[in-house]
Amino acid sequence: MGRTLFDKIWDNHVVYQEKDAAHGNPSLIYIDCHLIHEVTSPQAFAGLKQHGRKVRRPDLTFATMDHNVPTTNRSIPVIDSDSSIQMHTLRENCNEFGITLFDMLSPQQGIVHVIGPELGLTLPGMTIVCGDSHTSTHGAFGAFALGIGTSDVEHVFATQCLWMHKPKSLNIKFSGTISHRPGISAKDIILSTIRQIGISGGIGSVIEYSGDGISTLSMDQRMTICNMSIEGGARAGLIAPDDVTFDYIRGRPFAPSGEKLEKMIEYWESFLTTDSETCHDKSVKMDLSRLVPQVSWGTNPSMVIDVTENIPYPEVFADGNVEQEKSAKRALEYMGLEPGVPITEINIDRVFIGSCTNARLEDLVDASRVLEGRTVSSSVNAMVVPGSQSVKRAAEEKGIDRIFKKAGFDWRESGCSMCLGMNPDILAPKQRCASTSNRNFEGRQGFGGRTHLVSPIMAAAAAVEGKFVDVREWF
Amino acid sequence: MKYFKFICDKAIPLDIINVDTDQIIPKQFLKMVKKEGYGEFLFYNWRYQDDGTLLTDFVLNDKRYSGRRILLTRDNFGSGSSREHAVWALKDFGIIVLIAPSFADIFYNNCFKNGILPVKLKSQEVEFLFKNSENEEIVVDLDKQEVACCDQSFSFLINGFNKRMLMQGLDEIGLTLELESAIGEYESKRGIHSST
Repeated sequence: MGRTLFDKIWDNHVVYQEKDAAHGNPSLIYIDCHLIHEVTSPQAFAGLKQHGRKVRRPDLTFATMDHNVPTTNRSIPVIDSDSSIQMHTLRENCNEFGITLFDMLSPQQGIVHVIGPELGLTLPGMTIVCGDSHTSTHGAFGAFALGIGTSDVEHVFATQCLWMHKPKSLNIKFSGTISHRPGISAKDIILSTIRQIGISGGIGSVIEYSGDGISTLSMDQRMTICNMSIEGGARAGLIAPDDVTFDYIRGRPFAPSGEKLEKMIEYWESFLTTDSETCHDKSVKMDLSRLVPQVSWGTNPSMVIDVTENIPYPEVFADGNVEQEKSAKRALEYMGLEPGVPITEINIDRVFIGSCTNARLEDLVDASRVLEGRTVSSSVNAMVVPGSQSVKRAAEEKGIDRIFKKAGFDWRESGCSMCLGMNPDILAPKQRCASTSNRNFEGRQGFGGRTHLVSPIMAAAAAVEGKFVDVREWF
Repeated sequence: MKYFKFICDKAIPLDIINVDTDQIIPKQFLKMVKKEGYGEFLFYNWRYQDDGTLLTDFVLNDKRYSGRRILLTRDNFGSGSSREHAVWALKDFGIIVLIAPSFADIFYNNCFKNGILPVKLKSQEVEFLFKNSENEEIVVDLDKQEVACCDQSFSFLINGFNKRMLMQGLDEIGLTLELESAIGEYESKRGIHSST
């Protein structure tokens, strides 16, 4: 019988299979790479110490600071004492347990899901966990990567394993591509996908993305897609590795090299594929040929429309579902929007280009394309927060920073920043933001803040115009 | 306490779908390095006004529901962030059973690690409870996998692993460490990483 890509990774990692049905038959799954950060690890370390336990594999555990770090001048001390304590706690724990830490001032510091791949820690066929829901990002390499809670972080520390019940496999196959269609990006693909499957459409499943629409994407674009798998409720996202993946991995500092890598590539290429589409538990087909730029209007990532559309009426959005209708009404009220109004008539106050979804080099290059010779609207405050110090340096070498700065953007240090606003980068109540992040939940970017999820190029164009525009018209 | 077997209580009706973990515990309260003390911040943005006074129209502030330990809610509860602080906040507030038609995966998993039982019932069963639990008690029996209210009873599914962990209040890490030899054996066969 054929197996899916996910089946194969799973089978490779079963350490022990519980056979007593009364115990629910979970599998003990080995974890190849454990990424940690300052927010969800302190209680896990405290639990270890309380029981006198050790980190079983510090060599497979890597830490960085990203959620709390300021994105302004880092030579001055962190003002927020709680943030400072949390960062200090991570430093002490990594020191005590022998874990490699990319500290705030490290040249490799960055958002955990940006630095994992760029350091070559993320490889095809691996199991990767992190106490962060956007761990799904790493699935772009054909790795089974999932977010876990702090209790599970402690479990992985102590055992390098996790008990799991095998998720189902959902295939989303894209026909048509976004190649040679300026103004359309991977963010539009995933937003339109979540719009279709809903934010709970992926519950209990691992999504394998496939088809021409995926294989023609770069790694940065694939990571944007897999990153938001969790917004569709999925346990993880997966894309089968190919030459694009292997080319990305070659030369990364922590990745194998030379003949060893080539042998691994040979294995990955032959093994890490789904044998037949019929192996999946469920399949969805999507056509990208008519995809247009997407903008979210509500307070969850399925509340999305085409930039050419009007803000929906709750009853139309809900399509007969009472709960959805209530939810849409509540969302419109929170967002301060009226149904029937074109989204292009909505003025914005802030622009945030950043986050583990859209702060890689290609995202910044893409956004900068529409900024040359243009300036940010006088009514807009715009900022760029590169995903990592490496992304920041690479962008500066290309002169991308100068394009942003000349246009009127703030050019910041790397971190999670205003994606969740744990550091000082937050929206004021009722401020409206075009954001390249992943969640438009109430209060996500600041109490009372209003988030519209868009692609980097749409965010850049919105910064210039002070409102949403169909960026395709600029090409 | 990480174990749960049985409860008989009325419910707090939180009639909202897709309640995400950013609502359950907003980000400004994720900066602590301990597991306790989150209860007062539970649903902070829905419970308090800007000046810190209580918003009286939110169910958690309604005196009728004060002290209740079952939270009745709608589809996809706990979506979004993996923050276990959401579960710690519910626990610290006094909630030990959640009833909804569905839960987000990471949140659902986090509940069992902290002695909270998330019960999945059919939408129409949850609807029945919304209609009756205001004044009627709900009995939740984990061993029987049954929820009863008025003259109705509904059975629910839960995997045996999670059930056993909760019923016996077991230390999951301790159990896994008993499999040390299996883990060691796996590691000895594993190459640079087990994808090869």
